[in-house]
Amino acid sequence: MQVQTHVDIHSEWGIVAARQAGRKLAREIGFGSVDQARITTAISELARNIYLYANKGQIYIEEVVNSGKRGIKIVAKDQGPGIKDIRKVMEDGYTTSGGLGAGLPGVKRLMDEFTIDSELNNGTTITSVKWLR
Amino acid sequence: MEETKLSMYQLYKEMLNDYLQHKSEHVLYSAQQLSKEMLEKDMSPEEMVSLHISVFKEMVEDLPEEVVDSFELLLEVMIGYGLAHREFMSLRDRQRQLDSELNVAAQMQESLLPHEEINLKTLDFGVISVPSGKMSGDYYHYIQDENGNMGVAVADVIGKGVPAAMCMSMIKYAMDSLPEQRLQPAALLESLNRVVERNIADDMFITMVYGSYDPKKHNFYYASAGHEPGFFYNADTDTFEELETKGLVLGITPKVHYEEFSLSLEPGDFVVLLSDGVTEGRTEGEFIERDDITKLIRKYKHLPAQDIVNQVFRELEKMQDFHLRDDFTLLILRRNV
Ligand SMILES: Nc1ncnc2c1ncn2[C@@H]1O[C@H](COP(=O)(O)OP(=O)(O)OP(=O)(O)O)[C@@H](O)[C@H]1O
Ligand SMILES: [Mg+2]
Repeated sequence: MQVQTHVDIHSEWGIVAARQAGRKLAREIGFGSVDQARITTAISELARNIYLYANKGQIYIEEVVNSGKRGIKIVAKDQGPGIKDIRKVMEDGYTTSGGLGAGLPGVKRLMDEFTIDSELNNGTTITSVKWLR
Repeated sequence: MEETKLSMYQLYKEMLNDYLQHKSEHVLYSAQQLSKEMLEKDMSPEEMVSLHISVFKEMVEDLPEEVVDSFELLLEVMIGYGLAHREFMSLRDRQRQLDSELNVAAQMQESLLPHEEINLKTLDFGVISVPSGKMSGDYYHYIQDENGNMGVAVADVIGKGVPAAMCMSMIKYAMDSLPEQRLQPAALLESLNRVVERNIADDMFITMVYGSYDPKKHNFYYASAGHEPGFFYNADTDTFEELETKGLVLGITPKVHYEEFSLSLEPGDFVVLLSDGVTEGRTEGEFIERDDITKLIRKYKHLPAQDIVNQVFRELEKMQDFHLRDDFTLLILRRNV
């Protein structure tokens, strides 16, 4: 049976709740402690972006299975302003935190799959999967 | 990968065991060596912390819960360090790629310079041009025609690096397209100025000195567009004189008139053209004076022109601790007979 959780993000509490839900599911799926921490960090970054740039949105967390492989899928969805230049934000060293590895390029590194759908003034959906090895 | 992780695990376990027993510097040294190996294998800081705690848990029975928990917190913190590390690696790869692209560009730029040997009985010619970085904002040019006339030029783009270098290629092609003015320095600068004014950004300027040598009259004609003044060496009196350099920098306004000057060369006399990178070098905070340059040239004046410029460069480079602040170009044209 596949589990899906979703957490509303409209405050820092939401960020913590999303982390918690993500860690719990990751552990249940069988991820080790390092990967658990990676997945949680990815969720954190995505949730924080929602909170900072779109004010509110949702994080969906679910288990995925593909040809026998198990994984965790995180979807971050908001109806905020959208991202103008996606190519630019995916460049290393671009984030406002000044290139210390975090931000969206960091999320991409922490996870195995990463896609952004973003439309200006219409919101952003980021989907990311990590597979259990 | 799994295999190397397993052997890492074993290795680390033995090391930790050893250290807990002997606390020796020797083990610490091995640990330092191991860290290099782990970095090579892309082992991230968070994996390292995780390795440590799992080894530790296995070695010490009944490890206090607080210790185990504290490592969980550390692991979380280390994720950020791990990301910074991986970002660094990817930036380093990108830097390498940029570097190799820049090398190709530098080779292309180098190929824009003339490479023909000058074989004239009447003239002894030498030039050296060294960029401070990979790409040069200096350009030099020389050409000889079937009658033994020679044209020489040194140009300097105000600005550095790639944009300056791209400018250089424009100068080169513009000059190639003005063959009939090769021996008319002022007219050539006037034409070039129009090309430059039309084609480069408002905040870019080029200085240039152009000269031509007439082997029958032994006259050197030249004109300058705001360029660092060169020198005329009078062999008879053993003195250096500054070349006159009025004239507006290229690219400011479309219509500029350049004044042409002429010098009469006796055997042994020579003309020195240079870029400001030669004179604006610094040693221990002190500027290298133009006097220092002429002293150096005099010191080597018994050598062929090419050896003079090479030696002067060598000495100036050394005086600046092998760190050039600006592109360096030095050209000498001497009348032999
Ligand atoms: N959900 C979103 N909605 C609108 N814009 C976003 C969203 N997520 C990211 N952005 C834009 O993309 C940029 C890059 O985001 P990223 O998370 O990579 O870095 P950051 O938030 O600026 O800095 P850091 O996360 O390192 O503190 C942000 O500055 C923001 O302009
Ligand atoms: Mg962010």
